Amino acid sequence: MSEREQALTVRRTTPASRAGLAGAIVVLAVLVTLPVWGDPASMRRLVEFITLLVLAQMWNLLAGYAGLVSIGQQAYVGVGAYALIALADDVGIDPFLAVPLAGVIAAMIALPIAAVVFRFQGGYFAVGTWAVAEVLRLLVANTGALGRGTGRTLKAVFPLARESRELVTYFLALALGVAALIGVYAFLRSRFGLGLMAVRDSEAASETLGVDVFRTKLTVYLVTAFGTGASGSLIYLNLLRVSPDAAFSINWTAASIFIVVIGGLGSLEGPLIGAVVFFVLRELLADYGSWYMILLGGLAVGVMLAYPQGLWGLIAERWDIRVFPVQRRVWRA
Amino acid sequence: MSLLAVRGLDAFYGDFQALFGISLDIAARETVAVIGSNGSGKSTFLNAVAGVLPVTRSAIVLDGIAVGGQPAHEMVARGIVLVPEGRRIFPSLTVEENLLVGAYRAGSGRWNLGRVYELFPRLAARRRQPGVNLSGGEQQMLAIGRGLMANPRLLLIDEISLGLAPVVIKQLYEVLATVTAEGMTTIVVEQDVSQVLRIAHRVVCFRHGRLSLAGRPDELSRARIAAAYFGV
Amino acid sequence: MGWIDTVVQGVLLGGLYALFATGLSLIFGVMRIVNLAHGDFSILAAFLAILLMDALALNPLLSLVLVVPVMALLGYGLQWHVLNQLLGRGLLPPVLVTFGLSIIIQNVLLETFSADSRRLNPGAIDTASLALGRGLAVGWFSLITLGVAVLVLVGLQLYISRTRGGRAFRAIADDRTTAALMGIDHRRLYATAMALSLGIVAIAGVFLGVRTTFTFSSGPDRLLFAFEAVIIGGLGSLWGTLLGGAILGVAQTVGAKLSPGWGVLTGHLVFLAVLLMRPQGLFAQPRRVDS
Repeated sequence: MSEREQALTVRRTTPASRAGLAGAIVVLAVLVTLPVWGDPASMRRLVEFITLLVLAQMWNLLAGYAGLVSIGQQAYVGVGAYALIALADDVGIDPFLAVPLAGVIAAMIALPIAAVVFRFQGGYFAVGTWAVAEVLRLLVANTGALGRGTGRTLKAVFPLARESRELVTYFLALALGVAALIGVYAFLRSRFGLGLMAVRDSEAASETLGVDVFRTKLTVYLVTAFGTGASGSLIYLNLLRVSPDAAFSINWTAASIFIVVIGGLGSLEGPLIGAVVFFVLRELLADYGSWYMILLGGLAVGVMLAYPQGLWGLIAERWDIRVFPVQRRVWRA
Repeated sequence: MSLLAVRGLDAFYGDFQALFGISLDIAARETVAVIGSNGSGKSTFLNAVAGVLPVTRSAIVLDGIAVGGQPAHEMVARGIVLVPEGRRIFPSLTVEENLLVGAYRAGSGRWNLGRVYELFPRLAARRRQPGVNLSGGEQQMLAIGRGLMANPRLLLIDEISLGLAPVVIKQLYEVLATVTAEGMTTIVVEQDVSQVLRIAHRVVCFRHGRLSLAGRPDELSRARIAAAYFGV
Repeated sequence: MGWIDTVVQGVLLGGLYALFATGLSLIFGVMRIVNLAHGDFSILAAFLAILLMDALALNPLLSLVLVVPVMALLGYGLQWHVLNQLLGRGLLPPVLVTFGLSIIIQNVLLETFSADSRRLNPGAIDTASLALGRGLAVGWFSLITLGVAVLVLVGLQLYISRTRGGRAFRAIADDRTTAALMGIDHRRLYATAMALSLGIVAIAGVFLGVRTTFTFSSGPDRLLFAFEAVIIGGLGSLWGTLLGGAILGVAQTVGAKLSPGWGVLTGHLVFLAVLLMRPQGLFAQPRRVDS
């Protein structure tokens, strides 16, 4: 009987997660000090990397956790970008402050969009989100105040010295990256996150347990719109020049999808690994233009067919590691 | 040589083992009743024979050929046809279309639309209606008719009495009696023991995935059947 | 009379859109898959036609004789070897895989044919027109497109409702496990459905290529218009698809007449309006109760 009474505890941290936390702190320290020992080109590259990673994490949250497969997230990249220009140039708000505000605007626009696209399920939902993104693109391309097809340049940053602008942009990106990671992690570990994963696994079952499926999905959709919009505005704070075809391009979503699929859907570690692979491939194949996209597409298809759990899924299964543990596990105390 | 020889049949749902080494011979033109309580493995047995569940090759031998593990649609081509539990009428098809689709991979034989309508005149009266508009008993007739359209060599029938009134069940078994009397080799899984014993040449009983009884209906007393059924 | 002409052009354009929409609607009805590369396959077909025209000096309409079977075969193989492997894994994998295919096809076309706009020249029929009186004239080619669309729809409708194969399609769309009990191998039928879908969209692609210029990136818009036509018309109704295509076509032509940049956008807005006001589509067939 005494063996039965031996206490069982429920814990979330694992040895790997503790190691991961330590590693993350080291990486963060390195990144924070980069402006001191690094060059502006690497800072800009890192901003690109982080913003793309955030886009991918948002897409992962939507598809991997909420089960909403969207190919229209570029709508919010575009909204974020144009919100930045409008807020900074037209309204006169500090451009760095405009980044989170752009995220808020994206979330606000996401509400009526959700009213439209939530009428669909599955594959038709995907096409619906893309249709909406196209509508936004065309509306912007036909609006004089937003620069029509040629677009606009962010002028509000001109008074600033280039180094200062790049420095603040860099730290803003770091902040966004960390906030996104912590935010998503905390979100999933919360009661809300538990409900979300229940919905992902079985909508019907979770409904019977009292999870409001619609509210859950809507909340996730709005939150990811915010994250995507903020990231989009940061992307264009880095690039300075916006046009509808670029800001609303499906390539943003394509990149997110590839990163998540290759890295591993439905985990926090997956998009990290996927983003690294994506960037490495991009550097290696920079001279080969479309072959790079063909390879990426082929890789995504191949991974989906053979290793749907992605690179991180393979690693996690093989060594049972969770760096960002979201599940609870039973341990002997 | 028996038409169907089942040898050491095991069946699993994932990790859960539902059948343990079932061995049974069915002769041509024979009607065998399979009885047992819920969860005893009788429907699993039919699914295994029909190819719905994966099993080892040698476990199912039809006319001397090992066919275990063939998928269901292949088994139909070999003449093993299952009338599934719950009828499962196609909602997008009319009564007649449901019957016709039953003949998708039909072997040669005596059963065709005309004969099925003779057997079940109520189906003929409703031939152009959507199959799902029929009452429970009529849907069961449709399901049986659909199975017959494939001209099976071995007809498997899974629990036709579920959800039906006793008088309807009685009618169904009367019709089934004419089919088996013509020589159709049949395995009937049934909860309503009294009805099925009337048409069966032999009865077997399942309990916890194993055979607990086999014999001719007239040889077996009610007490023995109950003992095998409930394990008392 | 300008407006009547515009509307007529829109209806004829609708014929083309109906051709695009039919293949999409067919595979969704049978296997609940949306092929995100649907439009790209049509452009692939158009480029195949270009190859044949260059190699054999064939009229593009004649090239269909080769292009359609090739695309149908491609569809069969795609379903059999790729998409069938994803069955039972939920809605995500087919969306992602077909999306990946879309990217692959576009970039392969870009590498092979460059970014130049191309067009299929059908010869004299290009400019031939039929006078309908009152100063109204319609292009022969547009009429042929509409005619072909109607033929394809009628043929498909007859196939689905009257033949053994069509019954099997409806059976597996309802319940593929029970259909297996009738001897129906759903994998083969899925592959056949995809073959049909790509064969039809190949026709649409070639007709598009005759009608207007196209490039490697023209695919996604075709998918979008096909999707919109299906939704406007209503799921489950092939005739609804034709009418949905016509409504979309008219919206686009009227919008373009009002302001040149607004053609496609007007179509999108009409689509959204229908979606918001009558989400089941304008001509949807109520699906019978699922068992």
